Amino acid sequence: MAAVLRARGLAKEFRGFRAVDDVDLDVPEGGVHALVGPNGAGKTTLFNLLTGFLRPTAGRVTFGEHELSGRPPERIARLGVARSFQITSLFAQLTAREHVELALQGGTGLGWRFWRSDKRLGRFGDRARDLLAQVRLADLADTRAGALSYGHKRALELALALALDPKVLLLDEPTAGMGAEDVDATVELIGRVRDGRTVVLVEHNMNVVASLADKVTVLQSGRVLAEGPYAEIRRDPRVVAAYLGDADATD
Amino acid sequence: MILRRLAARPVLLAAGLLVALALPWLIYPPVAMDMVCWALFAVAVDLLLGFTGLLSFGHAAFWGSSAYLTGLIALHSGLPFPVAVLGGALAAAVLAVPIGWLSVRRTGIYFAMVTLAFAQLVYFVANQWRGLTGGENGLQGIPRDFFGVDLSDPFFFYYAGLPIAVLGLWFAWRVVRSPFGRVLVAVRDNPARARALGYPVDRYKLLAFVLSAGLSGLAGGLFTMGHGFVSLEEVYWTTSGQVVMMVVLGGIGTLWGGVLGAVLIVELGDYLSTAGFEETGIVTGTVFALTVLVFRRGIWGTAAWLTAGRRERAADGATVPVGERENGEPVRA
Repeated sequence: MAAVLRARGLAKEFRGFRAVDDVDLDVPEGGVHALVGPNGAGKTTLFNLLTGFLRPTAGRVTFGEHELSGRPPERIARLGVARSFQITSLFAQLTAREHVELALQGGTGLGWRFWRSDKRLGRFGDRARDLLAQVRLADLADTRAGALSYGHKRALELALALALDPKVLLLDEPTAGMGAEDVDATVELIGRVRDGRTVVLVEHNMNVVASLADKVTVLQSGRVLAEGPYAEIRRDPRVVAAYLGDADATD
Repeated sequence: MILRRLAARPVLLAAGLLVALALPWLIYPPVAMDMVCWALFAVAVDLLLGFTGLLSFGHAAFWGSSAYLTGLIALHSGLPFPVAVLGGALAAAVLAVPIGWLSVRRTGIYFAMVTLAFAQLVYFVANQWRGLTGGENGLQGIPRDFFGVDLSDPFFFYYAGLPIAVLGLWFAWRVVRSPFGRVLVAVRDNPARARALGYPVDRYKLLAFVLSAGLSGLAGGLFTMGHGFVSLEEVYWTTSGQVVMMVVLGGIGTLWGGVLGAVLIVELGDYLSTAGFEETGIVTGTVFALTVLVFRRGIWGTAAWLTAGRRERAADGATVPVGERENGEPVRA
């Protein structure tokens, strides 16, 4: 399978500490690629490097023919690589519907029209309702993000990334802190939206990884420890020692 | 949001306009004109402080440069006064492009300091370039031309100038309630998230900065016309400080709060100086300190909070720590 997102020799150093160290990554087109590893393995740093929120100390990232390293996050988002955030990251004063409208309006240039009424954003109403229904937030469309519960914020986070209709969707722990029922709904949703796009997933919940991922990359101390299909990975003794053993014990 | 509630209450809008129209009957007309100018200035600064999350401490540069340019146009061209004011406003907006471009990359206290530094630079130029600005003497005897209509009476000039300020206020409201205004709130609340949604945050900040500067220039030009002279005080840092004080007193992020703050500060200053008390700074400073310490939402913000429903209040309260993160900027009520 051709790689749609590719990293070569990617490294990020923070004052002498190598959070990501010489990582090669090939994300196959159309699949779900999970990044796993113990806390501090460099998963989120890797995410930030792929999406332009951090500049790599060394190495490069390419998306199809596009060179991504060195580009600002907003350009990368426009090219079709969208992300969600691990720590819920929303606009406290805007309602759920306004969030989705904001994401939908991004590509249209409407955001510059300071002389126009914001009622024009109503044109995204149908699409926004549709996306909110997908993540089961239809009833909370007019609630401000600051007043949403944690689970609902996570769902909105997902709706925002989906609203960009990206070719590659990077989800940073989409089920973190969710109850079992919400986890199932989220897995089901990701399973549905993966059609026609590529999903990269940072995830701690191994059941989620098992049911979604076609390919798993295990990171440890900023380096790739192992890579392959989930069934293979979970039998890898290095991986079991580093991570899965613990996770299985707590699950 | 407060604005949404305001739109639902045309009564408030009508009352505001009525007060604005009655003002020169109630108080000394030149003071009424000052109030209107400072009100527009405060709203322009709130556009940046309350709706973009940037505390500028250098807006005297835009108010003042427009004050000078408006004065120069009126002195040397004989054009009608609204044209001179618009020319000044445009010049302020143009000046804001390089200053904003260099400033918006910074946030919080650094942004405030960079804007202050640029404003001091403008002050320095105004002070040194005596041939143009008159230095410490300022520009004197600026005429109010308007197609031969005699506007020398401040009472009549008030009604000639008011529509310009109202247009400016309407423009600020339009910006806040536009697709652009929506993006600004997103940029203010969570710049990283806005970038992830594909918005070039710095460029949005820059446009907000330029629009705010242009409106400040409109206010400064009108102020010049109201007084018939320009002094160095218009580009001095105390002017930048005074307008921030008005916004904080009225309520950051409330847009119309700045109008109340301006009216109160101008009235207070006028009252004290009429009473022969010169050190107005002590009094306004105390008022400012009390506002920051005791009711941080400001007048408008507190009123809105008191009239808001309980649910809304809870949602609002939940957001306060979020708005306060990283830059330590005050949050809107």
